Amino acid sequence: MMKNDLQIKIGLEVHCQLTSLRTKLFCSCPSNYRNSEPNTNICPICTGLPGSLPSINEQAIKDGIKAALAVKANIADILKFYRKNYFYPDLPKNFQISQYDKAGGVTLASKGVVEIKGRRIHLSRIQIEEDPAKISYEGTISSSPYSLIDYNRAGITLVEIITEPELKTPRQARLFLQKLRSILEHIGVCDGGLEGAIRCDANISIKGGKRVEIKNIGSFKEVERALSFEATRQKTINNRNIVGMETRHWDDVRRVTVSMRVKEEEQDYRYFPEADLVPFRFEKKFINSIKKTMSELPDARRERFVKEIGVSPSNAEVLTSDKALADFFEKCLEYQVNPKRTSNWIVSDVLGFLNREDIEVKQIRVTPKEFAKLIRSVEAGKISEQTGKKLLLKTLTTKDDALQIKETMFRISDPDEVNKIVEKVFNENKKAVEDAVGNKNTINYLMGLIMKATSSRADPKITRKVIDAKLSTLR
Amino acid sequence: MSLKAKITRKEIKHLAWLARIGLSDKEELEMIPELNKIIEYFGKIDKINTEKIVPTYQILEVSNTVREDKPKPFPADKILKNMPNKKSRYIKAPRMT
Amino acid sequence: METARKIVEMVKSHQCSAEDQVNLALQRIKEVEPEIHAFIKVAEDQAIQSAREIDARITRGEKMGSLCGVPIAVKDVISTANIETTCGSKILKGYIPPFDATVIERLKQEGAIIIGKTNTDEFAMGNSTEFSSFGPTKNPRDKTRVPGGSSGGSAAAVASLEVPLALGTDTGGSIRCPAAFCGIVGLKPTYGRVSRYGLISYANSLEQIGPLARNVDDCAILMKCLAGWDPRDSTSYESPMKKVSTKGFSIKSKIAVPKQFFGEGTEDLVKKEVWRILDRLSEFGCIVEEISLNNLEYALPTYYITAMAEASSNLAKFDGLKYGSNVKTGYREWNTYFTRNRESGFGGEVKRRIIIGTFTLSAGYFGAYYLKAQKIRTMITKEIENVFKKYDLIAGPTMPTTPFLIGEKINDPLQMYMNDVDTVSANLTGHPAISIPINSKVNAPIGIQLLAPFFREEELLKAGKLIEEKV
Repeated sequence: MMKNDLQIKIGLEVHCQLTSLRTKLFCSCPSNYRNSEPNTNICPICTGLPGSLPSINEQAIKDGIKAALAVKANIADILKFYRKNYFYPDLPKNFQISQYDKAGGVTLASKGVVEIKGRRIHLSRIQIEEDPAKISYEGTISSSPYSLIDYNRAGITLVEIITEPELKTPRQARLFLQKLRSILEHIGVCDGGLEGAIRCDANISIKGGKRVEIKNIGSFKEVERALSFEATRQKTINNRNIVGMETRHWDDVRRVTVSMRVKEEEQDYRYFPEADLVPFRFEKKFINSIKKTMSELPDARRERFVKEIGVSPSNAEVLTSDKALADFFEKCLEYQVNPKRTSNWIVSDVLGFLNREDIEVKQIRVTPKEFAKLIRSVEAGKISEQTGKKLLLKTLTTKDDALQIKETMFRISDPDEVNKIVEKVFNENKKAVEDAVGNKNTINYLMGLIMKATSSRADPKITRKVIDAKLSTLR
Repeated sequence: MSLKAKITRKEIKHLAWLARIGLSDKEELEMIPELNKIIEYFGKIDKINTEKIVPTYQILEVSNTVREDKPKPFPADKILKNMPNKKSRYIKAPRMT
Repeated sequence: METARKIVEMVKSHQCSAEDQVNLALQRIKEVEPEIHAFIKVAEDQAIQSAREIDARITRGEKMGSLCGVPIAVKDVISTANIETTCGSKILKGYIPPFDATVIERLKQEGAIIIGKTNTDEFAMGNSTEFSSFGPTKNPRDKTRVPGGSSGGSAAAVASLEVPLALGTDTGGSIRCPAAFCGIVGLKPTYGRVSRYGLISYANSLEQIGPLARNVDDCAILMKCLAGWDPRDSTSYESPMKKVSTKGFSIKSKIAVPKQFFGEGTEDLVKKEVWRILDRLSEFGCIVEEISLNNLEYALPTYYITAMAEASSNLAKFDGLKYGSNVKTGYREWNTYFTRNRESGFGGEVKRRIIIGTFTLSAGYFGAYYLKAQKIRTMITKEIENVFKKYDLIAGPTMPTTPFLIGEKINDPLQMYMNDVDTVSANLTGHPAISIPINSKVNAPIGIQLLAPFFREEELLKAGKLIEEKV
């Protein structure tokens, strides 16, 4: 729980791969590198061989514009690339073809806004650039005797989305990332579930102090952790007035940020125009034709859930913050279930499970059809809500086959059957029955015994009636 | 932004670092007068007034040259052949720290 | 060594085989190379193999291309598949490109045969070929003198009759300068006319690949083969050359002669010879007029600021990690590895230019140097475009001096840079420019330079033809 007397300011730089593209940004290498052996999806261009020249992917421009439109940003008139010059083993040319908003340059789009729980988080700019290669190690980064470089990822299209420092808590940062992912998935340009598809550097300052950049954060959960840690760390040392502008590295094993020692101030990227690429002029017609092809955005979907389907606003917000979850929900509705109940179950039970296990919707073994069937059984009174939820949880957690509603789970509503069970329980618990005759309050104990004996399947109303009737005959 | 008066040895070290080029002491010292002479010559451009001029970002009015999003694999092994240090299919590089 | 045109004729009409031509070239190379050193690598086996394949195709009656059987030398900054490509630098020793530059593909399509890779100033940075890591090339006309540069190897190979044609590259005059110094024809195409895919970049907003030949007709044949749009080069333009005719130069052409091309530092002999040609052209009916282009005074510093800045970025990829040579430092740490490789792999001139280029792009100086230079570039381009509204050609000397002695200017970089004073403008603006050797009684090779409007290489070739034949 982070109180904002610390005046926390958080800004995010989010790198999103455009995973629907079939080739890389500047070359025709296949972009589906996750299934490939190292250094397989490579060519002279993405490995920076001398003499190679970049050639821009038309669909990347369109998908980039879609992303910018989806966050309500202002698209520039022209697409220009600049070189960001620095040395690093993951940079094949030791410069990155990227964009710059000064010195005559312009980024793909500027401004824009993303809403999280009613708060509008403003964006600064959106740019297109190439992904560097991947470095891995034998062991940890400090123990590995060398680094291993794989250029499969080099040249993949990235859209970088930079926020204003308006996020006030680490939790908000995480929500922002989830919402952004949902937006990009809704328009079909990025599958955020793919490993490394959305990466983020975070900037945080407290009490108006200098900001610290945190790099190497592996997941949205880690973003929240890293920012929480850093806010606390800054609070501790700020009292001694030491915080200076710096870059730190998140160690997710020890759960601390570590100073990177490479002085950021010494870094001078010497941005200048990329002369091997020619500008791309955006005609209004072109932008409008892309607008027309865009699918429903999360906010619009949320509104539709509330107004047309009758889901509660808070549930609608949660559902649409994860596209797969919202899709699951809508799929369920095809099987005639009560939307309110369905959304409640998904938001509390399914999502609760996903969060505890730290897995994604697509990994669960319950289909919308099965889920819908389960809910209909509860609605029809065949099984109790409690039974239903237990069964759901069991199916989710075990490797059992699909959700099976067995007869033995059904609610016991036949008065004769209830009668028999009550009699049996009364016979086995004579003392309790004696107590209950005298003291009305201990009836609940009897109820409990009957529920236990029936695994909560006995219909509570009928059971109560039977108990009362029997007790009154004993008095 | 102003023209450079004189470039110092410290600045040459910094530039060499930015460019990742090792220079011996001898080279650094030799460079001081050499570079200063050249940069002084460059200073000639200060005389011309370029106030309202748009910089040349591109010579010809070529624009909107794009490539179709269609995969065309390249034989990766041809590229790996030139890489001096490898471990299985990875490029072996020095340590990061 | 016959002209290219003659070779094509002979090979196509079965008067000789392509293999004969290659053998002639190889023989001549063996004779002359120990003194000239035009080549870094002679690809003997591959050349003979290619020649045999061409001969086989001719025997089968296949339709052959415009350079059928012609041996060609290629400047070692152009990627040739399976042939080592070094850019005259130690840092690329052992690098064998896995692909051909587009121009090489085009040459092969037309039946030309790559004989070998020619010497160059390291990464094309220089105008005397003395900065090659593999030793200088000598001027065939006078072996104590430089052949010019940076395409000195290509020019010397043509001038010493090793090959009839060669490819060079021109970033600030690197085709025209050695053409003038070796007494041959050299053409820098309009920027965008010839694909740069496969050209190992020095300054990518300035450079072009172009032909070097003994005469204008041969130059034209090669130029036609090279020109054309390439989807792999986004800066290339859709402008193939139609039928290449070098005849029909319009006698009434208007030629502008900027007095800035005869600046301080121009040798008297050069002035005299160039004006002699211009006067002859007047006699033919051309209208030759002196003009003044004030902005040209800033062309040289503008060029060097731009070129060095681009070089500092284009050469960053050479870190010893992915190709070429590297120092065995063990696996200490990557910064050290890069720094050591670049320290030992690059020569002094390259290091100098990278450091200055880094400076002109750096924070605090970018505006005063690099950005300002790009503005001056706009001004110079406008100025020259205005000239072409009234005139058909611009003329002047290619070089301010005749070829200097090997070693004469090597210790004074700024002095060396001054040689480019007349050639750099055409690179800054992108206009096509040619150097035509002046036939004169004086022994020193001197070239006359002509510039034409964008994509009017044919005007240059036609004017060159006239000068060659009649003047």
